[in-house]
Amino acid sequence: MALTTAEVARLAALARIELSEDELARLAPQLEVILESVAQVTEVAGDDVAPMSHPLPLTNVFRADEVRPSLAAEQVLAAAPAVEDERFRVPRILGEGQ
Amino acid sequence: MSLKPYEEVLEAYDPALGLEVHVELNTASKMFCGCSTEFGAAPNTHTCPVCLGLPGALPVVNAKAVESVIRIGLALNCSIATWCRFARKNYFYPDMPKNFQTSQYDEPICFDGWTEVEVDGVTYRVEIERVHMEEDAGKLTHIGGSTGRIQGADHSLLDYNRAGVPLMEIVTKPVLGTGAAAPKVARAYMTQLRELLRALGVSDVRMEQGSLRCDANVSLAPKGSDVLGTRTETKNVNSLRSVERALTYEIQRQGEVLAAGGRVLQETRHWHEDAGHTSPGRSKEQAEDYRYFPEPDLVPIAPAAEWVEELRGTLPEPPAQRRRRLVAEWGFTELELRDVIGSGSLDLIADTVDAGASPAAARKWWSGDLARRANAAGVELEEIGITPAQVAELQSLIEDGTINDKLARQVIDGVLAGEGSPAEVVEARGLAVVSDDGALAEAVDAAIAANPEVADRIRGGKVQAAGALIGQVMKAMRGQADAARVRELIMERLG
Ligand SMILES: [Zn+2]
Repeated sequence: MALTTAEVARLAALARIELSEDELARLAPQLEVILESVAQVTEVAGDDVAPMSHPLPLTNVFRADEVRPSLAAEQVLAAAPAVEDERFRVPRILGEGQ
Repeated sequence: MSLKPYEEVLEAYDPALGLEVHVELNTASKMFCGCSTEFGAAPNTHTCPVCLGLPGALPVVNAKAVESVIRIGLALNCSIATWCRFARKNYFYPDMPKNFQTSQYDEPICFDGWTEVEVDGVTYRVEIERVHMEEDAGKLTHIGGSTGRIQGADHSLLDYNRAGVPLMEIVTKPVLGTGAAAPKVARAYMTQLRELLRALGVSDVRMEQGSLRCDANVSLAPKGSDVLGTRTETKNVNSLRSVERALTYEIQRQGEVLAAGGRVLQETRHWHEDAGHTSPGRSKEQAEDYRYFPEPDLVPIAPAAEWVEELRGTLPEPPAQRRRRLVAEWGFTELELRDVIGSGSLDLIADTVDAGASPAAARKWWSGDLARRANAAGVELEEIGITPAQVAELQSLIEDGTINDKLARQVIDGVLAGEGSPAEVVEARGLAVVSDDGALAEAVDAAIAANPEVADRIRGGKVQAAGALIGQVMKAMRGQADAARVRELIMERLG
């Protein structure tokens, strides 16, 4: 399973991370090692074993529709790098329509 | 850009519709945590480690939200999954602090349903592809640049109160065979969905507050072709009127592109309500790849058959059946029914009748005068600024003789201007009909004296000539008289 630098560039774009050509070339084989390790699972999974997403045989874990106290806004915003008008301030968003 | 005349496009092409509707549920708490869903709270006061996506926080599903979605699915004649999972929809955008939205992917909880809508007396069947559960995102405010738009903004501010509010998405299959009625069918579908959701009591369905939102897809295929054309998806369609307007625009725009020998691009477009046009957003080539995978933090949902049947027992009357029943009860004609459906006033009339008005009077106001005003102002009928209870009050003021029809329109002006209830407006504006017979008699005598030849004709038996005198008296009384009483007074003197 060869991971191309173009595929890594696409993933970087989706994650909104800017990577140089050097970084792409360096990361592609590293990510490939991870993919290969995970792919080993397919060698032992037979057709008679359904893919598993949850290790516990549980369904329908619900909570009642009841309001619980939220955090105070000061607490929530204390961790923000920048705050304006009681809201998280984030840099200009590029992409859509630009 | 220039647009092809609508009729010309429809002569050559068949439109295919697709509607994706997002509905915010009206649960008290969020989808996966106990934070309140209340609208309009101070920014970031309804958040916790779960809806902020802090490390280690674990979500738990709101049972009421699941129940609401199953009831909606059943009301839309869907099958209910016996087992399904949530999935992570991965994307990097600051409106979701987790960097993914918890949604459903290829295992929606409800699928393969249908509903029927009526436009101008014709019934159209709309097939439902799926109804799935997800969560809403936070609210972004763009600062700098022009009028809060993302283009040219300097930075953006985030309020996560809405992040994690239960949301469901209802997706139709392609709706074919609607021809020129396509935009109206889309609007009728939205109107009916709103009625249904309200009857189910699962959402506030306030389009202006964003609790009901629509993405409208449309494509054109040459008439007779069974291959669908390339579709565009129009976002930001946030009122019933704009659903119809945006689709009409897109059909004309695509018609123009095709007529010029061009090719419609598969893309997302944005509807601009004020300018009345759409503009391009993301194209298919730039489309996101959300890399869905099963949500490991939430166990699967497996609704028991008994539970589903119990919920089926709680469903309201189906919309088409309810329409037929109400209209039969109210004694409306087929044409009147079409007006009522066309103006989206069925619920308003029902509420007005419940508040004590006669069905005929309720219909007259909502599908007549008020529908015209809403249309002229470019707002939804129910957001026009008068409630069903106030319309019932207005009608009772007419029936007890306090005001006449003409004054009633001035009373509506006052109510819409925020001057209070109909009775308060009558009081404040001094609009009541003059019931003082002395003042009325004086005006009648003056009118007779000023028009001796008209008076003679009436004396001679030409009763219809009284109309001219009644007009004069009404004018002298500035409309604040009961025309029937004026006629009586004239006939007492000249008859
Ligand atoms: Zn929360």
